[in-house]
Amino acid sequence: MSSEAYPKVYLYRRVVQAKLYIDEHFSEKLDLDAISDEAYFSKYHFLRLFKKIYGKTPYQYLMSVRMDRAKILLEQGNSVSEVCFLVGHDSLTSFTGLFKRKTGLSPSQFQKQHQVRKADQAQTPLKYVPNCFAEFNGWTENSNFEEVQD
Amino acid sequence: MIARLSHASIYVLDQESAYDFYVNKLGFKVHTDAPMGPDMRWLTITPPEQPDLEITLMPIKAGLMYDQETADALTTLVKKGTFGFGVFECKDIYATYEELKAKGVEFKKEPTEEFYGVEALFKDDSGNWFSLSQKKEAPQS
Repeated sequence: MSSEAYPKVYLYRRVVQAKLYIDEHFSEKLDLDAISDEAYFSKYHFLRLFKKIYGKTPYQYLMSVRMDRAKILLEQGNSVSEVCFLVGHDSLTSFTGLFKRKTGLSPSQFQKQHQVRKADQAQTPLKYVPNCFAEFNGWTENSNFEEVQD
Repeated sequence: MIARLSHASIYVLDQESAYDFYVNKLGFKVHTDAPMGPDMRWLTITPPEQPDLEITLMPIKAGLMYDQETADALTTLVKKGTFGFGVFECKDIYATYEELKAKGVEFKKEPTEEFYGVEALFKDDSGNWFSLSQKKEAPQS
């Protein structure tokens, strides 16, 4: 079946383009109404199709992208206030509250947890590798990997 | 009794490029990224909604597992697209197909109606191919 033949291909392309636009511009002040206008002539129809495809409204999806990106930026060692503004939030208090509601941890607790895990992976990497793979690769005979730590 | 799959491996030609493909294009999450010496790295990823299935991005390197001749043969086979490693499910195959195509993912087969649902086939950056599928909804009882 040709890609042009499947159901309402032009609608899918518009909604996917809107989703990719959010993925790229999540840190900006996005006018989701404008995205709807750009993507499809009926805002109601656009919102319905977006939610059917992604299980979230465009606004809920934007919030989830910001949350996912915040986790990555925290893991990379950025400060909580930097991350807050880098992902497009204006208020540190509301960002911290939202982050805790979504993950169960404050941003700083999340960052600390990641740092502990990362340090553990660097110091004792064999804990994370099934032994069969480690033995096949000869890693069990040379389990001191300290020279590769930062 | 075997209960479940926890780890699977994909042979890749370049681990860093595979990281970019699976994480930045497919949206997989990094589970473990552990240094295993100066030029080795244990890198596992998980499908976005399956955090407990670790897929190892295994570079093809001669060593204890296999010799240089085997590594060369394996590299050739991967490049030729010999291996189909599995089936990834998605909720909406048409949207997923359009998104991955927009990100430059190469498809061997466009979404096609099959008796069990809709299926497409795509290749990773090494040449391995996968089925992308959306199961047919079970009839209401």
